Amino acid sequence: MAAHRCSYSALLLIICSLSMFIVADSQETTLTGDNHATELDNPQTATETAGQMAEQPAVEERRLWEATEVEEATPDDADTDKQDTSTPETAVPSSVPQPKDDFQEELVIRPLHSGDIYASFQFRTLWETDFMRGNKVSHYRLFPKSLGQVISKFSVRELHISFTQGYWRTMQWGQPFLPSPPGAELWVWFQDSVTDVDGTWKELTNVLSGIFCASLNFIDSTNTVQPSASFKPLGIGNVTDHSFLRYATLPREIVCTENLTPWKKLLPCGSKAGLAVLLKSEKLFHSSFHSQAVHIRPVCQDWQCKTTSWELRQTLNVVFDLHTPGQGKREWSLFKMFSRTLTEACPLASSSKIYIDITDNPQGEQFEVSPATPLLSQAMVLGDRRTFSVYDLTQQITFGTVRSLNLLIRWKSSEGDMLRPLLHGERYVAGYGLQTGEIHTLMYNNHPYRSFPVLLLDSVPWYLRLYIHTLTVASKGKDNKPSYIHYQPSKDRVRPHLLEMLVQLPPNSVTEVTVQFERALLKWTEYTPDPNHGFYVGSSVISSLVPSIVAMDTNSTREQPLFSSFFPCKEESSYFVRVYTEPLLVNLPTPDFSMPYNVICLTCTVVAVGYGSLYNLLTRSFQIDEPSPGLAKRIANIIRKMRGVPPL
Amino acid sequence: MGLLSDPNRRRALISLLTRLNAPICVVCYMAGVAWFMGLAFEPFTLRTYMSENAMGSTMVEERFPAGERALATGREFSAHKKKVGGMPVDWLVKTMQARGLEVFTQRFSRTLPFPDENKERYLVKGTNVYGILRAPRAPRTEALVLSAPCTPGDNNNQAVGLLLGLAQYFRNQVYWAKDIIFLVNEHDLIGMQAWLEGYHHTNTTGMDWSPLQGRGGSIQAALSLELSSDVITSLDLVLEGLNGQLPNLDLANLFYAFCQKIGVLCTIQGKLQRNDWDSVSGYSHSVQTMMLMVMKQASGRPWGDHGLFLRYHIEAATIKGINSFRQYKSDTTTIGRLLEGMYRKLNNLLERLHQSYFFYLMPSLSHFVSIGYYMPVIDYILLLICALDLWVQLATPPPRTEDGVADTEQMSSPGVLSVLTPLVISHLTGVEVAVEHFPVSETEAVVLTAIAIYTAGLALPHNTHRLLSGEGTEQGWKVLKLVAVLYLAVLLGCTALINFSLGFILALTLVPVAAFVTPHVPKILSAFILVILSPACTLLFSVFFFQELQEMPVSFIDGWMLFLSVISQGILDHSLYGSLVYPLIALLVYPCWLLFWNILFWK
Repeated sequence: MAAHRCSYSALLLIICSLSMFIVADSQETTLTGDNHATELDNPQTATETAGQMAEQPAVEERRLWEATEVEEATPDDADTDKQDTSTPETAVPSSVPQPKDDFQEELVIRPLHSGDIYASFQFRTLWETDFMRGNKVSHYRLFPKSLGQVISKFSVRELHISFTQGYWRTMQWGQPFLPSPPGAELWVWFQDSVTDVDGTWKELTNVLSGIFCASLNFIDSTNTVQPSASFKPLGIGNVTDHSFLRYATLPREIVCTENLTPWKKLLPCGSKAGLAVLLKSEKLFHSSFHSQAVHIRPVCQDWQCKTTSWELRQTLNVVFDLHTPGQGKREWSLFKMFSRTLTEACPLASSSKIYIDITDNPQGEQFEVSPATPLLSQAMVLGDRRTFSVYDLTQQITFGTVRSLNLLIRWKSSEGDMLRPLLHGERYVAGYGLQTGEIHTLMYNNHPYRSFPVLLLDSVPWYLRLYIHTLTVASKGKDNKPSYIHYQPSKDRVRPHLLEMLVQLPPNSVTEVTVQFERALLKWTEYTPDPNHGFYVGSSVISSLVPSIVAMDTNSTREQPLFSSFFPCKEESSYFVRVYTEPLLVNLPTPDFSMPYNVICLTCTVVAVGYGSLYNLLTRSFQIDEPSPGLAKRIANIIRKMRGVPPL
Repeated sequence: MGLLSDPNRRRALISLLTRLNAPICVVCYMAGVAWFMGLAFEPFTLRTYMSENAMGSTMVEERFPAGERALATGREFSAHKKKVGGMPVDWLVKTMQARGLEVFTQRFSRTLPFPDENKERYLVKGTNVYGILRAPRAPRTEALVLSAPCTPGDNNNQAVGLLLGLAQYFRNQVYWAKDIIFLVNEHDLIGMQAWLEGYHHTNTTGMDWSPLQGRGGSIQAALSLELSSDVITSLDLVLEGLNGQLPNLDLANLFYAFCQKIGVLCTIQGKLQRNDWDSVSGYSHSVQTMMLMVMKQASGRPWGDHGLFLRYHIEAATIKGINSFRQYKSDTTTIGRLLEGMYRKLNNLLERLHQSYFFYLMPSLSHFVSIGYYMPVIDYILLLICALDLWVQLATPPPRTEDGVADTEQMSSPGVLSVLTPLVISHLTGVEVAVEHFPVSETEAVVLTAIAIYTAGLALPHNTHRLLSGEGTEQGWKVLKLVAVLYLAVLLGCTALINFSLGFILALTLVPVAAFVTPHVPKILSAFILVILSPACTLLFSVFFFQELQEMPVSFIDGWMLFLSVISQGILDHSLYGSLVYPLIALLVYPCWLLFWNILFWK
């Protein structure tokens, strides 16, 4: 430490004079921000003296990380260091004015229609800071430092990354809270200050690949697209220039423990306390569906949106199968699902709750939940009014006398039929043979009387050469002309096809989008090590504002005043849904890389050469060639011909 | 090669070849047949071995316990089938749903071009029911299929019962990486065709089907199950599919490996394997097995419900339970365990089955003949030295004077024309045979018309060359024969590449014809031989031979009826499933044979 400090002061002496005007500049522009930062420091130094010690190596690490910008960063760091040492135990922890960061955790459990059970974790960290300021944010409390550095280094405005294993079965499970396609998906909005978006994107994917232990480094220009309409920023900010957006999927990515561990490390409590103790990989990966995601976006701090703060949402969705082995009784408990029970909330969390969706179960005829809770909450979720039982983990009473919470859900009725979700999609490859094929995308609108528009995004790798003139969109047997089409043709080995269109789905119909393609023959080094497995085509994305179920409720039996129910309320009239279709597995023409192929080639060549030359010699008639006459003789012959005399 | 460039030696060599033409032809033909017979001799063949590593040494423990319950389900199915008088769709849907599958149905209808008398159907309407077991955490990109046909009468109830039992058992397992589709298809192949066309959204045969709702991605492998008794003595593996396509040999290896492991007797072509290869009876046994495979493959029809999968590059086989009078019996639990094991291994596949052979013959389940070993047969038989002989004869008329060149030109141009006419006319006759059947609606009528036109064709073209060139010349028939012989060689060579068995059987009969026919041989006798060796008679003999191989000899009248029904089946297979054998015979092989007929009656 001492050595470091020496070097700091030495550096200070040298650099202060050099970088005086630079620092002055930045201070002028970000005066308000500095005030925040100093305010911020007080409670932190008070509560987490130990944390500071732990953070010291991280600072050094960061210095390595941003070696090029060390001059600017150093004075700031030194300042905070000095502050730490001078005021270690001055502030009082109880009288914290208003924490600038906030952590909430919640778990929603929804017993699904099919008898399966859906558990959705959400961890939200809010931090009122500005990563884009000139001087770097160096002091992290709840917000994970690794992500904060990514945001500031790559000027990220929004970042959404999801890792999913399995396909969300809309027909059985309804809509998920947060949809995600199988494999890995990453989409990022960059700040408009970024000049080289592609280069930044490339670096960003490589860094994220390291952070999440995933093969995101396989994202390159051949699977990156810039959707023009389907992916709008979810946070504040009104940027619509899609040149700052990058979207990529890796449908083949397999998600497992090595991706879960770094994801858990981003949580303030790790997996030591709170809801995160339930996240044991041996159970999470013993399920029908697993999806984990990280969403970073700027949000409004207050109602008037004077200041913005950064929101980090970590979500994890998992569906447990009803038919797991040894499932004699049809019942679920936290212990059965996660092999853990809950004993406490995360001490750093301002709110820690478990919700159980009991909408379909008003009188307890479908399932029974124990222990019962008096707390109920209502919310509009995906266009539907849902009722939840709430368990507040910050209250000691929740844990009862045994000091642990083990929620139990006991099914009473048998599993139901399939659902008819208002919007769902399907995709498959039609045809046979290895030359051509046809991609069919089906979009179902199951609404009985409302039509609504959907945005379809298709990103197809270049080795499927789409015949865009064969694109047809038909619903109910009639041609359905899209009102907007954005098509970017592929370039071999450079970029994929991008097809986006806005289609109006008529009520109660199936809309079929078909396009034919040709399967390209790759160069022999371009085949994967398992070429006969096939090549993946990522899910298409269907985004839409779907009329809500509540708005459908025309002859409502609920007690409500007549004057309130004539015009459908705007907020409730439609809701945003994103549906991902299945990824496709397409076989390309593959040479036989094995021995017999070589043998056949070789023998055929030998036979062809041997037999061919023999046959040639046997059947050719040989003639003795007259030596061609010399030039003089030829000229003489021409003259003789002109004279009419027989030639020599 | 210096030897050949010397004109004198070359002439000597050519004269030697032309002189020995007949013996060389005979020797090659004999060598081809002998080679073929040698293929069934066990020391000359290879043992089968598993090529696919993913299915190789992985440990699979079979635990399927519920054979009895499966049989009970089968009985329930049969009761419902009787009650409904067809496929009990509602019951199947409910039962599959209760087992935790996603269930879908598909309706289809098809009007046959003429009534199918073997199966007594003309207007076919039916429903396929299938349930998809979704693999946990799999993105719906790959699937396996297990199917059982719902046949009228008391057949195959146990197969459906076992299918449902396996569905229930599989549903509770966690190791699946591919979706598994359990399909019960009605009207056997027609239902299967409808389902496959619906799944891949193609329509090659003009069938009406309702689109499928649920899919599981690209199908990697499929098994079709036929089981009509509670206990079985052996399981028979059927491989031959549409147009003689075969599944990857690894599928057969997998079946064989599990039969060995579980201790079930397994057969191919209904023939058990024997160990006494060195005895005459042992050898003839394996020849019979191989010949049965050749006959079945040559017929080009799917010999089980699996046969239609092969067009979509899905490896598939049919497993038939056989209950004979043998003492040793296996129960349904054992078959269930066998299927469980096979599906778990298929589930382990990382790639499609591609490591092993796609072209092979099997003299027994444990031995196979690969394409590299059987192709020389066709090469030998087709080594048509007579073509060379004819070429030499045509080319050698020595140019006496300088204007010899002009002479040959004058001579060859009517030659070409005279060849063209019979070619065109023979092919028109072929087209007649191929398309005549649509106006008539009775099976008998269709078949008899086909035969009538075929026979009428014999009368028609034998002096067609007169239409243009007036008198036939010596050169004329030689040119015609040269063309016919080369045509035959190319035709059979190509056929043999795709469907070796068909090519081999045709070559066996047509090559002698091609070799000996000239206008100068005794007319009546040669005409008789030519008719005997014509494609239709080959088919007739094949029918008898096939019955003989199956140890079910038939009388001549029965054989004739069988022959007629085979023709009608061939036409039906062509229009229902797109089998290519009938058009191949009618459009190419028969016209080719007519050319030789033409040569015989050259004047």
